[in-house]
Amino acid sequence: MNNPIPLENPISRKAVALISGGLDSMLAAKIIMDQGIHVEGLNFFTGFCVEGHTHAIRTKDRSKTKRNNALWVAEQLGMKLHIIDVIEEYKEIVLNPKHGYGANLNPCLDCKAFMVQKAREWMEANEFDFIITGEVVGQRPKSQRKVSMPIVARESGALDRLLRPLSANVLPPTLPEREGWVDRTKLGSITGRSRHQQIKLANNFQLVDYAQPAGGCCFLTDAYYSNKLRDLWRARGKRDYDFDDIVLLKIGRHIRPHAHFKLIVARDEGETNFLSGYRKEFTYLYTVDHPGPITLIDGETEYRDLELAARITARYSRGKDQQEVKIKVVKPNGRQHEFNVTPFGSADIPDHWFV
Amino acid sequence: MSTHVLDARRLICPLPVIRTQQKIESLGDGEELLVLATDPGSLHDVPAWCRVHGHQVRSSEQTDDEYHILIQVCKPMESC
Ligand code: SF4
Repeated sequence: MNNPIPLENPISRKAVALISGGLDSMLAAKIIMDQGIHVEGLNFFTGFCVEGHTHAIRTKDRSKTKRNNALWVAEQLGMKLHIIDVIEEYKEIVLNPKHGYGANLNPCLDCKAFMVQKAREWMEANEFDFIITGEVVGQRPKSQRKVSMPIVARESGALDRLLRPLSANVLPPTLPEREGWVDRTKLGSITGRSRHQQIKLANNFQLVDYAQPAGGCCFLTDAYYSNKLRDLWRARGKRDYDFDDIVLLKIGRHIRPHAHFKLIVARDEGETNFLSGYRKEFTYLYTVDHPGPITLIDGETEYRDLELAARITARYSRGKDQQEVKIKVVKPNGRQHEFNVTPFGSADIPDHWFV
Repeated sequence: MSTHVLDARRLICPLPVIRTQQKIESLGDGEELLVLATDPGSLHDVPAWCRVHGHQVRSSEQTDDEYHILIQVCKPMESC
């Protein structure tokens, strides 16, 4: 009797998904998981992400739920999630984007190519087969136009191992589709800015309580934040930043009375506590005889600058209506000065000082 | 077996999770890791990360302004 030819075990394919924490990438991962593919998620921390930490700092937000949306998505889908620190490497993307910026300092097209490239490296190191993203053709003006899709695939080196499940049917078939690892007929053909089809899909999958990020996934899409970053570059005479710089741009009032220094004035107790962690690196001021904020000074200051800083700090303290408020200034080398100053009135701080 | 300690104090989220993830890569099945953090978000994020990776949170508590999360590492294919 002839031995039957053994049937080849179907190879189980593995996909790595870019997970932002929003609905689109969640749906993309879900669509592929439902086809029996093993999916693990990657989430990149650039330092600009709109995630829980600024909420955790401000006193008024302390009671809000501080969930990390990417982790929440992973839990809902039953998928592993790896959060990767790309703060250093990402600088090059923000400082020198080949494809330029969007409406603010958001280098979305370069950013997408960078993240897919990192996913490709992870895929190769971990022997996964393809990459999925939640990109939708035509959803964003620059980075998700149909012509941008091949740019991301090419520049990331992912080529046809990059699959966009939500828009796959309006794009050329990729390797996982051609090889039959995934069933193309079960993938989406969503295009455009309307969220209608994604919401319908979420309902079909019975996904609720997903995050609805307004505007974008990072602070670089925010006009106020971008202004503060530009101001920092102007003041330092070079385009550069470190992690503490970009965190501090999210916190406090930023007031620049002169080109050579600015003040970061805490807006509440939560911010005062947070900024207090920087006392060793910055000259700082605080009110001695009234409750008030801590103020950090970024830049080089002379005596008269310190007095000005003291008057501004006093203006945001409980002593703002007093004739005189006592302010202590402490330098990073430990040297201290005390000022008795008349607080600025609200009209004394010109609008253009606010960054 | 001694408990490893990860000092993630003063790091803002999600850095405490990232450091936990990096530290656990070098630990073996059954080992314990105590994470010290000050960002309140870590009390949520670190256990959530442990759940999706199958590690066990033995305890999590707040002392003054610090959060202490004790994790037992569970690596696949090994008992836990
Ligand atoms: S919004 Fe920010 S994180 Fe999202 S693609 Fe654009 S630059 Fe990248």
